[in-house]
Amino acid sequence: MIDKSTGIEEAISRIADGAIVMVGGFGVPGTPFMLIDELVRQNQQRLTVIKNDANEPHMGIDHLLRNGQVARLIVSHIGLNPHAIKLMNEGRIEVEFCAQGILAERIRSAGAGLPAFLTDIAMDTQLARGKQTTEFEGRQYLVEKALKADVALVHAHASDPFGNLIYAGSARNFNPLMAMAAGTVIVETENLLPLGGISAGAVHTPGPFVDHVVQLHELTGAYGVVRR
Amino acid sequence: MALSGDNERMIRRAAREVLAGMTVNLGIGYPTRIVDYLEPGLPVCLHSENGISGQGPALPFERADRNLIDAGGAYVSVLPGTAFFDSATSFALVRGGRLDLTILGALQIGSNGDLANWTIPGKFTPGVGGGMELAQKARRVVVLSTHLDKRGQGKIVSQCSLPLTARACVDRVYTDMAVIDITAEGMLLREIAVGLTVDDVIAATAVPLLINENDLDTF
Repeated sequence: MIDKSTGIEEAISRIADGAIVMVGGFGVPGTPFMLIDELVRQNQQRLTVIKNDANEPHMGIDHLLRNGQVARLIVSHIGLNPHAIKLMNEGRIEVEFCAQGILAERIRSAGAGLPAFLTDIAMDTQLARGKQTTEFEGRQYLVEKALKADVALVHAHASDPFGNLIYAGSARNFNPLMAMAAGTVIVETENLLPLGGISAGAVHTPGPFVDHVVQLHELTGAYGVVRR
Repeated sequence: MALSGDNERMIRRAAREVLAGMTVNLGIGYPTRIVDYLEPGLPVCLHSENGISGQGPALPFERADRNLIDAGGAYVSVLPGTAFFDSATSFALVRGGRLDLTILGALQIGSNGDLANWTIPGKFTPGVGGGMELAQKARRVVVLSTHLDKRGQGKIVSQCSLPLTARACVDRVYTDMAVIDITAEGMLLREIAVGLTVDDVIAATAVPLLINENDLDTF
């Protein structure tokens, strides 16, 4: 099995201006902060970012927002980031809200090669506006489209050089779904183990989904416990 | 945050919703506080949207695991039997009918059980998170909320003016004043808080209440 180890600069250079970028994480756990820092440094523009949330002010993708790199956000919740809410209310970024499990399932569907799925979640609510409905076996459903990205940024607890991944605790969240749903999948890992270092039955994301493995040698403070 | 006696009584009463063997999701705010009022050792499985079943008690910062939060952002712990999973699995559990009970906060509750709890257009626009799926798909949906909002307006209304989280989803409402069931016939007053009269509750509620004087408890 090939070695997908890549330097962080080279990996993030695969992201073009205008790209659709998925970013793992739910709050701090699972957010690939150092890949985001490199994306801020390289300053790609007009990005669409798909993430569960917008992190908190001065954390994670808020740096992309402050650097003016984001045109559009697709999220379930941005309540912990008043700065993101302000940009949305001022019309400086476009925000598409999605029910959290529907966001997850749209991503999973893209990863599973499905174009869309039917659901009754959010029927008769604001989130159904503009969405196609269809009748199936006598009931009305919303058609939810699969959500695919150009690049996914994923945080793993451990990886081998082939990209077999394991996640820690609640840091799993959207990471394994996004790792299936993008043309190019870039993983940052806290631990790079040799092939065979992860037991086959313990793998959460199988290596064939992964394109680049970036080893983190030292974590920034962003990964730590947030004392609110 | 310190609780007033009325709110503590409300939470303590709502905690009796949680029964042995249930898988339960507690919403942000007062519902989260219910864990402090469960009988010690009650075998209940707490679900968190970000991918935890069997969630353990919250931890202080000094003992926190940086990789383990609940959906409200609090650092939590594991118990023997805890499981972690991805967000699609987490909501499969909800939509697939494996969540026995959810206890949620509310901005407004309609007389038919409509729930509005995610946005005040122009003022409060954080996004819905997992609220729609919890409200629509948990086997039992109860609301835990003060009877009046911060401006003294009743949260129980004939029809919600705020955007809905889900239609006709609420089974029961616990407030600091009353316990009210949503039935096919209308809102049925089941219990009133100690020290209040039925008239106090009626005066604070914009919706006609069905009342069976012979079957009315206090809490």
